[in-house]
Amino acid sequence: MSIFADKNSRVIVQGITGAEGSYHADRMHKYGTNLVGGVTPGKGGQKTPQGLPVFDTVREAVDATGATHSCIFVPPPFAADALYEAHDAGITLAVCITEGVPVHDTLKVVGTTTGMRIIGPNCPGLASPGKALIGIMPGHVFKEGNVGVISRSGTLTYEVVDLLTRAGLGQSTCIGVGGDPIIGTTFVECLREFKNDPQTQAIVICGEIGGSDEEEAAAFIAQHLPETPVVAFIGGRNAPPGKSLGHAGAIISGNFGTPQSKIAAFRAAGVPVAERPSEIPSLVAERLAVRA
Amino acid sequence: MNLMEHQGKELFKRAGIPVPRGHHARTAADVAQILQAAPGQWVVKAQVLMGGRGKAGKIKMAESASEGRSVAEEILATPMPPNRQNPQGEPVKSLLVEERLAIAQEAYCAITIDRAARKPVLIVSRFGGMDIEEVAERHPESIAKFFVDTAIGYSPFIGRALAFEAQLGPGYRKHFPPIAAALYDLFFRYGAKLVEINPLALLTDGRVIASDAKVELDDDALFRNTEFEEWRGALPLDEDELLAARAGVGIRNFRRFPGTVGTMANGAGLAMATMDAVANAGGEVADFLDVGGGANAARVRNCYELVVNNTGAKVFFINIFGGITRGDEVARGIVEAMQQTSSRKIPLVIRLTGTNEEEGRRILKAAAMTPVETMDEGAREAVALAREAQ
Repeated sequence: MSIFADKNSRVIVQGITGAEGSYHADRMHKYGTNLVGGVTPGKGGQKTPQGLPVFDTVREAVDATGATHSCIFVPPPFAADALYEAHDAGITLAVCITEGVPVHDTLKVVGTTTGMRIIGPNCPGLASPGKALIGIMPGHVFKEGNVGVISRSGTLTYEVVDLLTRAGLGQSTCIGVGGDPIIGTTFVECLREFKNDPQTQAIVICGEIGGSDEEEAAAFIAQHLPETPVVAFIGGRNAPPGKSLGHAGAIISGNFGTPQSKIAAFRAAGVPVAERPSEIPSLVAERLAVRA
Repeated sequence: MNLMEHQGKELFKRAGIPVPRGHHARTAADVAQILQAAPGQWVVKAQVLMGGRGKAGKIKMAESASEGRSVAEEILATPMPPNRQNPQGEPVKSLLVEERLAIAQEAYCAITIDRAARKPVLIVSRFGGMDIEEVAERHPESIAKFFVDTAIGYSPFIGRALAFEAQLGPGYRKHFPPIAAALYDLFFRYGAKLVEINPLALLTDGRVIASDAKVELDDDALFRNTEFEEWRGALPLDEDELLAARAGVGIRNFRRFPGTVGTMANGAGLAMATMDAVANAGGEVADFLDVGGGANAARVRNCYELVVNNTGAKVFFINIFGGITRGDEVARGIVEAMQQTSSRKIPLVIRLTGTNEEEGRRILKAAAMTPVETMDEGAREAVALAREAQ
């Protein structure tokens, strides 16, 4: 199975003729994602180097290709509009790669686009290895398997996935939920899907300082996934309070968003917290073995 | 971007929130002139971003031109004393001269973004004039909150309901709802992350007025209000942000610390994990630096200089996992930087894996550099070298 995306996902790229959009459309295509076209207003009728059709509007793209998923590469001032357009055209899942979207834009989009799942913004996207890759993740690190991975960052996710793959632990779906304070899909929403996914037998959560997504994930696991092997990692343990580090959302405000709170929440839920990424594969393998 | 009090009050005025009569002044002579022209009871307040002005003696009363001049000179003479978050303190560069208020009661009102609810939240308490964290500790029952549905936006019932729920005194009942509405309007119009009135003062003459103003704007939304670029010029410079911008990375991507291990990684999550790896190995980092996704040789070179120019760094640990970023590009940037830089040289520890790692390693080896295999190994080696250098 996998979650959020598979072979049946028909994917378009909004901003497919831009530098980022065309580069990553090619990578997604080469990975084997069912990429069916793209959108750039004013460039309708053109073809991409892969021979995919370009449309002027998302609605035209959906009508002509039956697209269900969209990957958005547009500059920050236009990201909210791109998401509204995707929603209007009936897209069911949109990945917003764009970094630097005004937080009020995200608030409003997330609060009003009922029926469309948004991953991001400021995220690397998602990959269901062997089936579909939607976003900017490097395809070569993945291997199909039964570990679900959710993370707030990009490169750290690739690092962790690479460690898992080298240890022979393949993945069902890996989702980079995004580094912004407000995101379309939280850890808990990913966990809810993993819970119903027969392919996913274990879960790795790469959290970081800021917000309370990790604490809520821990509470969800304690209640709904007590038997599933879950391993967590928290980045930014040595970050100072009051300053964002790289991600706008990675900030400790007062006693809120601290690594101590997140680590304590996971431990209380029976989830081991790796001291370093390199410990993650063995922690997962041990727990999978116990379960088997 | 956090605004100074006088800037926040300028926005309050535009939104129709009552603020004290006041003048922004840069020198003691300006203050004397203001009091000369309008004798009366005034307050002279330092314009700084740090909190705790009252305790630091940076808010003073004055009733005459000569008194105004002397308190202004006193306030301007010394910077705000340092605290944990601002180890350098903060110089006082300007003053706000305001009418003195006869305050009968103090309340609290703020709007911010609740990350978990993914909604704007209005927060009201009948206790004002102290930090809201302190109110939350001492009078948690006094805090009333309302989460706004962004599809609906603000509606007047919200202000009425909050005034009742927070049990604001009868003097606030009529004045509070329009102030809450105006505050939401400001929050929404300027894409703010926080707008706070603390205290929201009820005066003995019955007026309700914003005695202080705290506004944090979203850096990512500044493009919509170009006038704020000018306002930024009046704010204390964050040197790390400035250096980051000059190096061509985001303002959040670089931050210096007191340790000895300089670090650079691609991606914020990996850069944070790199800091943690150095700490796990018993060292302390000299910086956080995210070189960004898809970094090319030129950006790597700029970032290299950022780290070595920080004199606290005794060793430089570069941690690259090539996803979109190509290992050969990074390696080329490092080698170019080493060859061209006029900056001081410090020992390098490089971990380079992922996309094009073989080519990257070949480039590094040709320049007599040996990359390590893993993040943990690199951190250990960097910490050992930093110890030797001391």
